[in-house]
Amino acid sequence: MDYTAISPAERAAMLARVGLDRVDDLFVDVPPEALLAEPLPIEGNWSEIDLSAAMDALAQQNTSARDYVCFAGGGIYDHYRPAFIDHVLRRSEFFTAYTPYQPEVSQGTLQAIWEYQTGISELTGLPVANASMYDGATALVEAAFMALRVRRRRRRVLASATLGEEKLATLRTYGAAGQMELEIIAADRHLTDADALVDALAATEGGESDIAAVLLPYPNYCGIIEDVKPLIDAAHAVGALAVLDTTPILLGLLKRPGNLGADVAVGEGQPLGNAMSFGGPGLGYFACSEQCLRQMPGRLVGRTVDVDGQVGYVLTLATREQHIRREKATSNICSNHALNALTAGLYLAGVGTEGLRGIAADCCAKARYLRDGLLATDLFTEYPGLEQLPFGYEFALKYAGPATVGQLRARLFDQGWLAGIELPDDVDGAGLLLAVTERRTVAEIDDFISAVVAQSEVISHV
Amino acid sequence: MAYPNDRKYTPEHEWILVEGDEASVGITEYAQEQLGAVVYVDLPEAGDTFDVGDTFGEVESVKSVSELYMPVAGEVQSVNTHLSAAPDIINDDPYEDGWLIRISMSDLSELDSLLDAAAYEASLS
Amino acid sequence: MSEPVIYDLSAPGKGVVTPPASPLPPLDVQAAFGSYAETDERARPHLPQVSEVEIMRHYTHLSAMNFGVDSGAYPLGSCTMKYNPRINEDACRLPGFAELHPAQPPTSAQGALRLMYELQTDLATASGFAATSLQPAAGAHGEYTALMVFRAALAARGEAKTRTVVLIPDTAHGTNPASVTMAGFTSKTIPSTEEGLVDVQALKAALGPDVAAFMLTNPNTVGIFDPQILEMTAAVHEAGAYAYCDGANFNAILGVVRPGDLGFDALHINLHKTFSTPHGGGGPGAGPICVTEELADFLPGPVVERVLAEGNTAAAGYRFVNPPRSIGRVRSWYGNFGVMVRAWVYIRALGAAGLRKVGQQAVLSANYLRVLLEGVFEVAYNRICMHEFVLSGAPFAKAYGVHTLDIAKRLLDFGFHPPTIYFPLIVEEAMMFEPTETEPLASLDALASALLSIAQEAETNPELLHSAPHSTPVRRLDEAGAARDPQLRWTNTTEVA
Repeated sequence: MDYTAISPAERAAMLARVGLDRVDDLFVDVPPEALLAEPLPIEGNWSEIDLSAAMDALAQQNTSARDYVCFAGGGIYDHYRPAFIDHVLRRSEFFTAYTPYQPEVSQGTLQAIWEYQTGISELTGLPVANASMYDGATALVEAAFMALRVRRRRRRVLASATLGEEKLATLRTYGAAGQMELEIIAADRHLTDADALVDALAATEGGESDIAAVLLPYPNYCGIIEDVKPLIDAAHAVGALAVLDTTPILLGLLKRPGNLGADVAVGEGQPLGNAMSFGGPGLGYFACSEQCLRQMPGRLVGRTVDVDGQVGYVLTLATREQHIRREKATSNICSNHALNALTAGLYLAGVGTEGLRGIAADCCAKARYLRDGLLATDLFTEYPGLEQLPFGYEFALKYAGPATVGQLRARLFDQGWLAGIELPDDVDGAGLLLAVTERRTVAEIDDFISAVVAQSEVISHV
Repeated sequence: MAYPNDRKYTPEHEWILVEGDEASVGITEYAQEQLGAVVYVDLPEAGDTFDVGDTFGEVESVKSVSELYMPVAGEVQSVNTHLSAAPDIINDDPYEDGWLIRISMSDLSELDSLLDAAAYEASLS
Repeated sequence: MSEPVIYDLSAPGKGVVTPPASPLPPLDVQAAFGSYAETDERARPHLPQVSEVEIMRHYTHLSAMNFGVDSGAYPLGSCTMKYNPRINEDACRLPGFAELHPAQPPTSAQGALRLMYELQTDLATASGFAATSLQPAAGAHGEYTALMVFRAALAARGEAKTRTVVLIPDTAHGTNPASVTMAGFTSKTIPSTEEGLVDVQALKAALGPDVAAFMLTNPNTVGIFDPQILEMTAAVHEAGAYAYCDGANFNAILGVVRPGDLGFDALHINLHKTFSTPHGGGGPGAGPICVTEELADFLPGPVVERVLAEGNTAAAGYRFVNPPRSIGRVRSWYGNFGVMVRAWVYIRALGAAGLRKVGQQAVLSANYLRVLLEGVFEVAYNRICMHEFVLSGAPFAKAYGVHTLDIAKRLLDFGFHPPTIYFPLIVEEAMMFEPTETEPLASLDALASALLSIAQEAETNPELLHSAPHSTPVRRLDEAGAARDPQLRWTNTTEVA
């Protein structure tokens, strides 16, 4: 099977019109010795019936979150996706279009993205949002690079280790290229080491600070809403930008990054109506203050008028971008995650102000119910120092039961529970990072707690 | 197109006009026409010093960016602050209201190596 | 027919999604978050409060103002706007793919890992390389990743500090130099010859102990397969540098010739171009990279490995592993899995023969369209082209004051999407056409006929072109105004001056 639309007779006529005898004559510029002599060993040419059966079979080899009960997060959450979203996403005028370089025939994409930018600006409390990045981790990297441009003469970026290993790993990879001196401020038992951070900010070799940005989590990788406000102020005191990595659903309840004084807010946007899809594609959202506007990465949609005075939308401030500024561009990003941004815009329109707060509150209430229930089993204890700290709908507990966390998690999975993410065995012992979304019912949480107790008992008798 | 005789030009399409102790610098009619509608100008701050040929800023249209080069060495005395709100002044009046920076020159003899109006105009064809 | 902004439809008390009923007491927000609870209602995010029917109508109206591949011919050069098969869209939405949490045990996602493994293998096979990383999210991300792989490999031989320059032809996409900068190298431009090929003498002169890599789009952006390729990659290797293939134009040579057989060390593949995954209005795409055996150990991790059963060549299963000298991650998790599913389905639909037909038909269709237009339009390099060709609008500009932009906009009135315009930079008033293999013959003929009519109009009625388009939802927009006074979000008082 293939998707070409030319009959053999048409093909022959086309070839004749071009003045060639054989299709092979089209490839005269290819060195003959490099031409493939044999068909590639690639399986296929299946009928759609066979294809459909094969993909069903492959999908069925996976256990999905519709089979198990998901208590895992780590940036990707099992939130409910309203039914209308996919009906819009299936409209091929949206999903088969290219980047809206021809605005006269791209107003749908452009206005949808402009509304998305508005939604992200509202969520973060910052005036400007771009049209999306690849994911939360690369959005954070781009924020660090942007800070180096906004603070032209500075080269250092401080990142709290409590952003989590995945984001730190991505930052390290980009840092290895040498333009950014990345300094990771080690965690003080799962919290940003505020003293170390303040000391690092204060330490300058005479004269002006060389720190362009401080990257902070809000909340951190184990769900804690750290006391970031003094750290934002400390960053500003030396002229560094404060960047917050955020969880979007929580921004309905928490003080917004802009209202805390942050200059940039980024985050993983998957929770805003996107499928978990094994971790991608989601999207990275990116919002910042006006002072950063000219140094922003990625595309921006602006509102304007046409020659008849009718309102319309265009890609704007494009001189920042790679297709114009080339080696001096603010980023190399070209394709972003426009369809995922459209999804996020749809989601924000669907939930509205009150819906977002309601969903966030529901997740948080259920997370507290699970946390209390697990602690009541005496199989879990709190991480020292985190007991009284605020958290969202994800939290970490140490497992004090008769098995390793890995064993417990494996057994629970066999029973239909995805028991969060395993936290590394550190000074405080091994633990679990558990997330609870509005999809979880109280009955499921009760059953999960029972399953944890039951599996721990089974393990202790093995 | 008009190229006033009171000033000197660079092959990169800047002009420089000496007025007393200072000189003002801008871009030519040809340059603004090539750029199209100017949407943004990035200029240095007063007190910045540059050598001849240094990039002192950028001028942007919707789909292009052009760097601005110093016709001579000097220290920036003032910049045209009106351009941030109304960059299109450069299109409307590149030689008067559309000036970019005023500088104090360190070496007046550098003017001698620049083009006069006729030579500049000839270089365009 | 402008569509109101969704925020203008908002009214308190409306909304679609509400949280489920819960027996739990409501969250005490103040107690939960202390000083981080937002207590001031005015400081909270204000989102639209609209009904479901208003949302559906709003987005349906918006979709009607968009042009997609299903709307008509979309010959956007270098973007490969081929048809997006619908079964791909169904596949990626199967719960067994869409509803996987990335932290679930890999043993419970063996179908997903197998799909990734097979895609890694098939992409490497199709491109002639040894190993693949599926992690990069887009073509530019793939370029960056490959450059970091080069950097790591250079570091391993103690040359990362001395080899700092990456050579790029002047026909390259802007992402190439931008990726070079991001990866900490300096780019240097190699000129093209009058035939639109790399100036090999200039390349050889630029190659030296300071050069880390040469990046080449081949076929290049004027639609020519550079016949000097083997000479160039040999020269690059002799100088101790790596040869990178920007795979943006891989569609042209699919199943015909493999970049790995041409001496390249690495390439990225845009799954959203060559492997039929939709462009989504600007993403998500995916930009996997394929590399030689020598570079495989440096790929970002994790990658999928097949575990063989003992004493057997059958696969016992699949697992994630980190290459031993990996550069680390370039993003979260495993890559754009949903895009990988679509590409896998496409490859299985076509198989080896179908993939070869893609390359052949894409090239034939481009040549056919080129021949229909030559004579009336100036073809920048009028010879057998690959999957795309470039016209120059310069003669129309000179003769009638009609520019490429005018021709592109007028094409909209005929119901076609314009070609890529003003790129590549080395062709004056460039128009770059890539019809792709999925365009029907009648559509190619209609496109050519529209362009020939426009050429006549340029002569007889240039004003018609200057004022085009006339039939689109909006007409030419004030882009200068948009850039001078950026209005990047809705406000209560949004007014356009």
